[in-house]
Amino acid sequence: MTAGPIQTRTEEPLPLPEAETPPERRLPPGMWVRENLFNSPLNTVLTIVFGLLIAWVVFRATRFVFVTGRWQVIEQNLTNFMVGRFPRDELYRPWIAIYLAAGAAGVGTALYARTRPPVPWTVTLRRASPALLGLVVILSLSRTWLPAALTVGGFAVGAAGRLLGNRLPERARRLLPLVGLATVLLAYVAFTGFGGVGWDNWGGLLLTLFVAVAGIVLSFPFGVLLALGRRSSFPAVRVICVGYIELIRGVPLITLIFIGALVLGFFLPPGMTRPGLTMRALVAIILFAAAYIAEIVRGGLQSVPKGQTEAAKAIGLSPVKTTMRIVLPQALRNVIPALVGQFISLFKDTSLLGAISLLEILGVSQAVLAQQEFLGQRVQAEALVFASFLYWVACYSMSRASQRLEQRLGVGER
Amino acid sequence: MGSEAPTLRTQTRPPLWRDVRVLRVVFQVAFVVAVLAFLYYLYGNFRTNARASGLSTSFTFLDRTAGVNIRDTDFRRTQPVRDALIVGLINTLRVATVGIALATILGILIGVARLSTNWLVRKAAAVYVETLRNIPVVVVIIFFYTAVVLKLPSVQEAFTWFGLVVFSNRGLNVPWGEGGALVRPFLAVCAGAFVVALLVARWRTKRFDETGQPHRRVLYGTGVLLVLVAIGYLLLGSPVTLTLPTADGRLVEGGIELGPEYAALLIALALYTTSHIAEIVRGSILAVPKGQSEAANAIALTAFQRLRFVVLPQAFRIMVPPLANQYLNITKNSSLALFIGFSDLFLIAQNVIANGNPAPQVYLIVMATYLSLSLVISLFANIANRRLTLGTR
Repeated sequence: MTAGPIQTRTEEPLPLPEAETPPERRLPPGMWVRENLFNSPLNTVLTIVFGLLIAWVVFRATRFVFVTGRWQVIEQNLTNFMVGRFPRDELYRPWIAIYLAAGAAGVGTALYARTRPPVPWTVTLRRASPALLGLVVILSLSRTWLPAALTVGGFAVGAAGRLLGNRLPERARRLLPLVGLATVLLAYVAFTGFGGVGWDNWGGLLLTLFVAVAGIVLSFPFGVLLALGRRSSFPAVRVICVGYIELIRGVPLITLIFIGALVLGFFLPPGMTRPGLTMRALVAIILFAAAYIAEIVRGGLQSVPKGQTEAAKAIGLSPVKTTMRIVLPQALRNVIPALVGQFISLFKDTSLLGAISLLEILGVSQAVLAQQEFLGQRVQAEALVFASFLYWVACYSMSRASQRLEQRLGVGER
Repeated sequence: MGSEAPTLRTQTRPPLWRDVRVLRVVFQVAFVVAVLAFLYYLYGNFRTNARASGLSTSFTFLDRTAGVNIRDTDFRRTQPVRDALIVGLINTLRVATVGIALATILGILIGVARLSTNWLVRKAAAVYVETLRNIPVVVVIIFFYTAVVLKLPSVQEAFTWFGLVVFSNRGLNVPWGEGGALVRPFLAVCAGAFVVALLVARWRTKRFDETGQPHRRVLYGTGVLLVLVAIGYLLLGSPVTLTLPTADGRLVEGGIELGPEYAALLIALALYTTSHIAEIVRGSILAVPKGQSEAANAIALTAFQRLRFVVLPQAFRIMVPPLANQYLNITKNSSLALFIGFSDLFLIAQNVIANGNPAPQVYLIVMATYLSLSLVISLFANIANRRLTLGTR
């Protein structure tokens, strides 16, 4: 089943084991309207009521976006929304990182696409449409042509990467994780190396992305350990892991963030300098995310049939090898979509960092309201709508991708 | 053979450091000791640091004067910290309970709407869910506060809805009973009537199980409830009078006023959680095997009967655990009241800390409170889960 129709028909039911959806019948427009909108008296009433309601909402939204909205507040602060307080004469650094990422993505997708049936470019375009929409909106709010030109350059680098990837020999595919890791490290160097800018001066979308990615990556090993501990045959280990997981899952993230910001210093050895605010927030987020990842991984561990462990035992694998080579790979494969879901919710949760005066997207959208020009201008709606739009583009694209992944991995179908 | 076996076993018994049973115990003891040592190390650091900065390490601050103002309550600055935190807890519960009720109702409606045969309704519900689900809840809360509630017209030009609800930038005013001296006895009567009604409903169910006569337990139950409450109301000489809110100049008279912060938080949390609950409802209904609806059609049940007696009872069973999770989320997300200045438990804790009370202990109390709320909700969810799985099979 290609993933194409999933994007267009959001109402399509979740993939059920036995319910293979029949291909949609093509009806003439008149019949389609009668069958889908006016097939019973109740539906006729609903269609009229909802039609009026939707028309009103669409009218108000369009008018807000194109007529009444005062978007100067975004136009003037676009750089703030993207990178926060990042020094303005160092802005070439994020662009270098973007070019690195674009090139690596080009190579990666080229190598990856070989293993998959070809995807028509219309489908690719449709899949990328939310992200492209986001890009277009951001660039259209820019006051200079430079970002647009640089973005086109980014696409060019991506295309070059893709061409390069197509020429690479087959065995290069094994190096793919290494390429990913190298890209991340190089991007980090691009930001901080050679007299660069440390985390504490990052902000906006950059900070949001950094905290979300670092949070999920760093909490992952901890979460896997907790999940293994929770399923351990040692009662003492089990109790401690369950205690930790339930404690963290039972309290709001905002308490952990404030504890990280205000209280963490009390628990460090006396005389040690307190880490920066971003670091402390990140610690709170890692401790928080680990408990949720542990619960997801536990679900994966439970889904591995017992026969697998028994077979591993039968061929004489040690418990450690059984876990590392047999159980964990299958368990993690089963929970990839759930992990993406967790990443999405972590991405959304980074908005709480605004509470401890870190300038991520939401923090910026609140801070710009206090600027001299916009004070008392009642442009809260504009700032918040733009912030929501950034979050929405990222989360919606990711949740779509995770649904496609879920289908391809056939989770719940085996 | 029989005499040989024991000697064989004693001979091959591994030495102590290779005996799995011993190793298991040793490992666990070592693990627990390591964890405890780490915690003790943290506690030691805390003691040293606290002493160095002159911070109290006890809980005596609970009896000190709070010195904070709490909007929309009759809390006085001179009351102790303990009382302030309790007021906060009550506010948290006010948001959580009403929010849970609203989100459940709306979530079921929108979840069913996503499966409607009407294309327009289905699409509208899908757009609603996909929009709100992908925006952080904090942004939704701040949006409803600063860009919706605070931008409503002032009381003079407030929205009124059939004279029942007044909606202005001062918040939401809804009808409310105004009680005299006998409110408490009347509330006791109401609670008693509720219990009696439940007992009557149970008796009807039992009778139905034994004799097969129609149970009509809902009819009987509500009847008994209404009659008892009416009797109590008359006997106590109308202890409660219903007042409707009316905009009168710059003030709203009558009814009860829910401040703008409360109204915004409640609406935002309810609408946001609705998008998640709608997905749960839709998924649970789809997860009921198709054969069930087909069988219901085969025995000629109407569409309503099919939903009410065949599909929904089974869908509810699937729904309970994820639904409970969402209830937990509402309760925890109510702490985001901080962003708009509604005095919930967390905001009051922040204010208390700002007044010089020790942060570690205050946060410990706050965490313990949220944890207990979570455990209570999990407990109810487990009870519901057990009842649904046992009761219908």
